[in-house]
Amino acid sequence: MKKFTVALTLVMALGGISMATQAVSDTGGMKSLRGAKALDEGTRAPTMHKFNKDEEPMKRSYVQQPPVIPHKVRGYKVDLNSNKCLSCHSWDNYKESGATKVSLTHFNTRDGHALADISPRRYFCMQCHVPQAVTEPLVENTYKNSAE
Amino acid sequence: MGQESKGLFARYWGMLTTPAKAAMGSILVGGFIAGVLFWGGFNTALEVTNTEEFCISCHEMRDNVYQELKETIHYSNRSGVRATCPDCHVPKEWTYKIIRKIQASKEVWGKITGIVDTPEKFDAHRREMADREWARMKANDSRECRNCHDFQSMDYSEQGRRSVKQHQDALATGQKTCIDCHKGIAHQLPDMKGVEGWD
Ligand code: HEC
Ligand code: HEC
Ligand code: HEC
Ligand code: HEC
Ligand code: HEC
Ligand code: HEC
Repeated sequence: MKKFTVALTLVMALGGISMATQAVSDTGGMKSLRGAKALDEGTRAPTMHKFNKDEEPMKRSYVQQPPVIPHKVRGYKVDLNSNKCLSCHSWDNYKESGATKVSLTHFNTRDGHALADISPRRYFCMQCHVPQAVTEPLVENTYKNSAE
Repeated sequence: MGQESKGLFARYWGMLTTPAKAAMGSILVGGFIAGVLFWGGFNTALEVTNTEEFCISCHEMRDNVYQELKETIHYSNRSGVRATCPDCHVPKEWTYKIIRKIQASKEVWGKITGIVDTPEKFDAHRREMADREWARMKANDSRECRNCHDFQSMDYSEQGRRSVKQHQDALATGQKTCIDCHKGIAHQLPDMKGVEGWD
């Protein structure tokens, strides 16, 4: 009896393991952004993107688009103490730095009140403005910009 | 050499940190002597105190500014050249170095009084320290930066558009020096209220 229990347990355990491995290794033809990889198969981390060097401002794709950042932003900090972006883009500093000044919309609160300084909702620039890197699109898309 | 002075220091330290044994005045004098012991005087000691290991042997330096430095280009970059604390903070030339070291004996006093011994205290004190550091660099035309970065050796064709413009306009003409434009490259910045170009 005891022997039988042990054997049964072993068989069940083995079966369980093989079922488990089968379940995770069978992708059922599914492809995700990480490729046709089984769940338990490791994937190589993609290499980090290299951000573009400083370029001229880029064309915008639609009205009201936050323009993309045409330069490197490595190490630029925006926090309670300082705002590196504004040290070039604010109305006080843009002339000396040669940067585009932030537009008036950046001084408005949600209710349309114009403030004397940058509006808190526009303080964290990279919520809307992003630097650029040359990459392949992850999924196909058919977007056309408004000018085309 | 390093070992020996450590043992000596440890004993001395015990004496200093037991308040009953030393009056305020003698702590001051002791602090100064410790300062000279640590920072000044003879060249071997100078060399020992001129390493990053020495700087970060104080937790005040290790837990704050050092951690911040680790995230920057001066700690790791494609060329594998690392800038250490003394590279940016301690003059290379002997006379300037001695002057700076003697000034720095006040850090020993700061250590004893615990002026920046918690992150909160460090942050509250940061602006004052940064202001002094900026003033020093401004006054010596960012000499320590120039030990590594020679303006004459900059290849503009390799630099970004923004760099070239600013370096040719304001740096080449001597209107500005590195630290005017490159604050906060190694550590977190303090509250920048009232600092020219940041407000
Ligand atoms: C050292 C100065 C400097 C800093 C710091 C800086 N910029 Fe710029 N930025 C410029 C300059 C100069 C240009 C214009 C580029 C040109 O004309 O060559 C520019 C262009 C831009 C543009 C494009 C504007 C347009 O009209 O298309 C955006 C968006 C921008 N920056 C966002 C940012 C953000 C966000 C940050 C902070 C993460 C930042 N910048 C930090 C100098 C700076
Ligand atoms: C909530 C999103 C948002 C945030 C946050 C934001 N912006 Fe913008 N930004 C925009 C949009 C949208 C535009 C384009 C329309 C406009 O001018 O309002 C724009 C335009 C700009 C322009 C071009 C202005 C022009 O005259 O063409 C600059 C420069 C800029 N932003 C810089 C900044 C900086 C610097 C910050 C951070 C202090 C910032 N933005 C934060 C959304 C944002
Ligand atoms: C004995 C512990 C200790 C060591 C070792 C030490 N520091 Fe400090 N450091 C401090 C303290 C404490 C302060 C704050 C002093 C004050 O403001 O009174 C400080 C302040 C500073 C400042 C700000 C200076 C100023 O004028 O406000 C710099 C820069 C600095 N340290 C760099 C260094 C460097 C570089 C080294 C290595 C060569 C080093 N420290 C080694 C404890 C130390
Ligand atoms: C690439 C140059 C560079 C290196 C390397 C460097 N610092 Fe600094 N340090 C600066 C500059 C510049 C300032 C002035 C404040 C600023 O702009 O952030 C500063 C400021 C400081 C301050 C004053 C407090 C503050 O945050 O402003 C202390 C303390 C300090 N450094 C200690 C160190 C120590 C310790 C190391 C080594 C772990 C180190 N530094 C490495 C450039 C450097
Ligand atoms: C020990 C030598 C050394 C010292 C001292 C030094 N640097 Fe650097 N610096 C470097 C190296 C190395 C790099 C990275 C070069 C690379 O691989 O691109 C660098 C990079 C930089 C960059 C480029 C940042 C970026 O994101 O591309 C700036 C700006 C800079 N240093 C400013 C300074 C300033 C300001 C000082 C003085 C406070 C200073 N450096 C002191 C060695 C030094
Ligand atoms: C008038 C302002 C100004 C002065 C003065 C200045 N710089 Fe710069 N520097 C800039 C700007 C703007 C950039 C590009 C934006 C950025 O990353 O901050 C830059 C970029 C750099 C870079 C990266 C270059 C690249 O394009 O990859 C280095 C290295 C550098 N500076 C070192 C120095 C040194 C060393 C000094 C002093 C000898 C100095 N700078 C003085 C404004 C200045």
